[in-house]
Amino acid sequence: MAHFTKATSVKDWLNQRLAIEKVEKVMASEYWIPKNINFLWAMGMVLAITFTLLLVSGIFLLMYYQPDVKDAFYSVNYTIMRDVDFGWLWRHIHGVAASVVFLIIYIHMFTGIYYGSYKKGREMIWISGMLLFVTFSAEAFSGYMLPWGQMSYWAGMVITNIFSLGGLHMDGLVEWIRGDYVPAQAFLTRFFMLHVLLLPLAIMGLIGLHFAALRIPHVNNQDGEEIDFDAESKKYLAGDKAGSKVMRFANDFMSKDMMVVGIYLIFFFYLVFFQYGFALDPVNFDPADGLKTPAHIYPEWYFLWSYEILRPFSVNIGLMAFGFAQVIFMLLPWLDRSPNAVPASRRGAFSIWFWLLLIDMIVLTAMGKLPPEGIFSTIGLVAALAFIVLWIALPFITMNEKKA
Amino acid sequence: MHNSSRRGFMGKAFGAVAGVGVVGSLVAMKKTWDPLPSVKAAGFTTLDMSIYPEGELITEKWRGKPIFVLKKTAEMVASQTESQKARDVVVGDSHFMIAIGLCTHLGCIPGYNAAEKSFLCACHGGQFNWAGEVTKVPPPRGFDIPPFKIEGNKMILGEAGPEYQAMKDSGVTL
Repeated sequence: MAHFTKATSVKDWLNQRLAIEKVEKVMASEYWIPKNINFLWAMGMVLAITFTLLLVSGIFLLMYYQPDVKDAFYSVNYTIMRDVDFGWLWRHIHGVAASVVFLIIYIHMFTGIYYGSYKKGREMIWISGMLLFVTFSAEAFSGYMLPWGQMSYWAGMVITNIFSLGGLHMDGLVEWIRGDYVPAQAFLTRFFMLHVLLLPLAIMGLIGLHFAALRIPHVNNQDGEEIDFDAESKKYLAGDKAGSKVMRFANDFMSKDMMVVGIYLIFFFYLVFFQYGFALDPVNFDPADGLKTPAHIYPEWYFLWSYEILRPFSVNIGLMAFGFAQVIFMLLPWLDRSPNAVPASRRGAFSIWFWLLLIDMIVLTAMGKLPPEGIFSTIGLVAALAFIVLWIALPFITMNEKKA
Repeated sequence: MHNSSRRGFMGKAFGAVAGVGVVGSLVAMKKTWDPLPSVKAAGFTTLDMSIYPEGELITEKWRGKPIFVLKKTAEMVASQTESQKARDVVVGDSHFMIAIGLCTHLGCIPGYNAAEKSFLCACHGGQFNWAGEVTKVPPPRGFDIPPFKIEGNKMILGEAGPEYQAMKDSGVTL
C-alpha cells in the first residue's frame, strides 16, 4: 500500500487521498487561457449554465409529469401550471432555456467558424461540438413530445415518418420506432425515457469529451495565433503576468466569463418572467388528436432552416437535401482546405462565404415559418439550393487561399 | 511467449462470450421496442358499408389512423378513368373511395373541399382528387389503401382480401 502520514489538516488528509491540490491546478488555476479573446469566448460557460438550468428545472417537472397519453396533457397544463406552487416557473425556465440554448449554440458554432477554431489540432473540439448539437436536437424533439398537445403529436408523426426514408418505404422501421402504427402510449413512454435518461446521459458524456478535446490544443484566440502555452505559463508563474500571453482559467478567465453569464442571466430571466410566450406554441395547448391535423405544422425556430431544406423538393430529393444539411457541418474541418487559422475577415473569399452562409440560414429560417405558397416557396427553394451550393463550393474557394 | 499466447487465448475467449452477449442483448432490445401484441391485436376495424351517404366524406379510425370513406355518386362512377377504376372499391352495387387519410408525403391529414371534391394537405401543399390520386407534389403517390376484406355488406380493415391483394399486386397501393 502507498505510504500515508498523519494528516496536519482536513485539506492535507484529502490531499493524501485525492490529490485535490493537483486536481485544482490541472482543472482550474493552471489551465491556461489566452488573453487575446472577447466576450464570444464566454458562450461555452453560458451553455453550461443553461444546461444546468434545464437539468434543475427538468428535475422539478419530472416530479409531477405523467407519461401517459390520458394524463400527460393535464399533468403539464393543469397540475404543473396551476396546482404546483411555482410549477409555472420550472416550466417556463425549461421551455425558454430549451429555445435559448439553441440561440447560444448557433452563436457558439458561428464564432468557431468565424475564427477558424475547428482547424488542425482542434478537429475533435468541432466534432464533439457537432455531436452535442445532434444530441441536443434529439433532446429538444423528445421533450417536445411530452406535453402531448397537437403540435407534439403531429411533429411526432411527421418526424418519425422521415425514417421511412421516402421511396425506400421502410414503414416497418417507423412502426418499430413508435411501437405502434401511430404515435400512442408506447411512443410517449419511450420518448419520455429518451428525454429524461438516455439523451441527457449522452449529452453529459459528450460535454466531458468536448472539454477534454480542448485540453491539448487549448482555446483558440482572436488572431488564431499559435501560442507556446508552456513558455507563456512559465512566464506567468514567474511573476510576469502582464508580459504573458496567457492567464489562469480560474479565477482570471472565470471572472470575465461569469460577468457575461450575469448579463445573460438577466436577459434569460426577463424572458422567463415576461416573454415566455415565444417558447410555448399556442397550438400545443390543444390536447393531441390523431384525427385532426393543425392547419400549419412548423417546427420550433431552431429547426426551421433544416426543415426548409426538406420542404421545397419532392420527397426523395428533399430527404437527401435534409440528410446533407444534417451531416455537412460535421465535415467542416476537411471541407475547408486552407490551413489559415485566422478570423474570416482576413481570409478573402472565405469571409464572403461565411456571411453568405449566415444570411442564407436566416432566410431559410424565415421561409420555414411561412406557409409554402407563392413567392415564399420560390425564395425557400433558392435559399435551399444556395445552402447546398455554398457547401460544395467551400473546398474550391479555400484551396487557393493565400497564406494569411 | 508462452504467457502472451495464453493471454491471447483468454482475450479471444472473452471476446466470444461478449460477442454472444452483445448479439443476444441487441435482439432483446430490438424486440422490446416492437409494437406490443395488444397493439397488433387491436389492429382490426369492421365497417358497415350500407350506412354511408352518397358524395359525403366520412372519416373512420383504424390503428389510430383516419380512414377516408367516400361513397361515390353516380356521376363520379360514370366519369372514372381507368386509373381511378383501379382504385375503386365495390361493395354490393356501391362504389367507394377507401383510403388511409394521411398524406403520403409525411403523414398530415389532408382536408376535404366538398365543393371542389379534392383534398389539400396544409403541411406542405400536396393535393389529391376525390378518387384518391395525387394531383400536386410533394406527395409521391396517391393515398394508400388500407388492407381490407369484403364480407357481404361489411368491410374488415386490417385483413387482406382478394380485392385488396389484387390492388397491391398491380401496384395501385403499397
